[in-house]
Amino acid sequence: MDIGKIVEDVAFNLLKQAVIYLPDDVKQALKKAYAEETSDTGKTQLKAILDNVELAEKYKAPVCQDTGTIIFYVKAGSEAKDLDKIENALINATRKATKEIPLRPNSVDPFTQKNSGDNTGRYIPFLHWEIVPGNSIELTAMTKGGGSENVCVTGMLVPGEGINGLKKFVIDAVIKAGAQPCPPTILGMAIGGGADISIKLAKKTLLKPLNESNPNPEIAKLERDIFEAANMTGIGPMGLGGKTTVLGVHVDYAFRHPASFPAAVAFNCWAARRASARINADGTIEYLTHKIK
Amino acid sequence: MAVYKFKTPISEEDIRKLKVNDVLYVTGTIVTARDQAHRRALEFFKQGKPLPLNLEGLAVFHCGPVVSKEGDKWTAVAAGPTTSTRMDIFEDEFIKNFKVRVVIGKGGMGKKTTDAIAKYGAVYGAFTGGAAILAARAIKNVRGVEWLDLGTPEAMWIFEVEEFGPLAVAIDSHGNNIFTDVQKKVEEGKQRIYQKLGLTT
Repeated sequence: MDIGKIVEDVAFNLLKQAVIYLPDDVKQALKKAYAEETSDTGKTQLKAILDNVELAEKYKAPVCQDTGTIIFYVKAGSEAKDLDKIENALINATRKATKEIPLRPNSVDPFTQKNSGDNTGRYIPFLHWEIVPGNSIELTAMTKGGGSENVCVTGMLVPGEGINGLKKFVIDAVIKAGAQPCPPTILGMAIGGGADISIKLAKKTLLKPLNESNPNPEIAKLERDIFEAANMTGIGPMGLGGKTTVLGVHVDYAFRHPASFPAAVAFNCWAARRASARINADGTIEYLTHKIK
Repeated sequence: MAVYKFKTPISEEDIRKLKVNDVLYVTGTIVTARDQAHRRALEFFKQGKPLPLNLEGLAVFHCGPVVSKEGDKWTAVAAGPTTSTRMDIFEDEFIKNFKVRVVIGKGGMGKKTTDAIAKYGAVYGAFTGGAAILAARAIKNVRGVEWLDLGTPEAMWIFEVEEFGPLAVAIDSHGNNIFTDVQKKVEEGKQRIYQKLGLTT
């Protein structure tokens, strides 16, 4: 069994699923927003989004021309074989997907400004590794748009202000971001750990379905409060005004240093593209987020 | 909220009829330009070199498309707008020098661009961010591409379009800017949101 080949094929399919087909939970949230939006301009924007989602599926073309920076989350079973083959396989899948789907080449050398042309480059696609018990490999592809990435923030808040400091931090970030991240957006928030850890956790929460709130009731309430507050801003779809500014909020946390209160907000645009699959030890594959088309 | 359908080249007189919240569809020629193409176009102007195409009366589209090529023929696969604020540093000169009548993008633009739009006669048409296939379906032909050395997202793509839209007129030639209005209202309502969250400021 050639794990490299299997991973390459699965990763290619995941990229294709992610960029063409929005997850069902996001589609449902957009439909609900369209039904409830009261601003005419806002409604026009949501209608264009829904029409576009349908057209992307019909023509099997990427839902947004910004097919993002490619990030893979790998949960590797500690007993899975040939884990050293995965990195290369993911790079190959990225190159193939760029050419065949196609994706927009979005990987630029920051010093020479040269675009590599195939979505690969130093550290790109980025791989997040996690070792878990078992012998299967779970792969998740996230293609993250630049517009929503440009407004992500990390802040070192004052511990004495506690969760209230966090609430203000996130609402100020939403207001400052305004129209830029293609609202309605999804907010991933995290506290604790350190500057790098909080933004990493915040971004990872964007992989969760919108209808999955935090199991801790107190944190789930914080998610709801932020959701309602963000939608009170009136920024609206595409920043043209309206009551739909965010589709969902996820919160995660790590314990913090007594002197630090790191906080991070990761924004995702409405085109929240993600897809996951599990490769079992016998080579069978389960697609977890999309039915393979 | 009126609906307008204009063909390029668009005259200054026609474009000045538009007001914010109107909806515009453009038929004819639009060219893409992001940061790098704006910079190069303005350098050309400074050096007295002509652009590959006369842009007078046309629309400039803030877009880095997904394209595919079969033989010599390019196709726009996905072509939604990019965030326009990055082009704010160039756009007033761009409008002034090249007399484009429509700037298409997402997210809005700042005061310098709003002033240039009023002074030289243009509009900013917001196309729904991410609605890349809706846009691509209105692109009937890729007439050409210039400056491919900048990479496909940053190159200048020349598209023939039919009823490209809906574009929400978000900045008009009378000095109105929806984005600024929304931002102002959002700022005014901020204290109410803080109160809801139990924050004392």
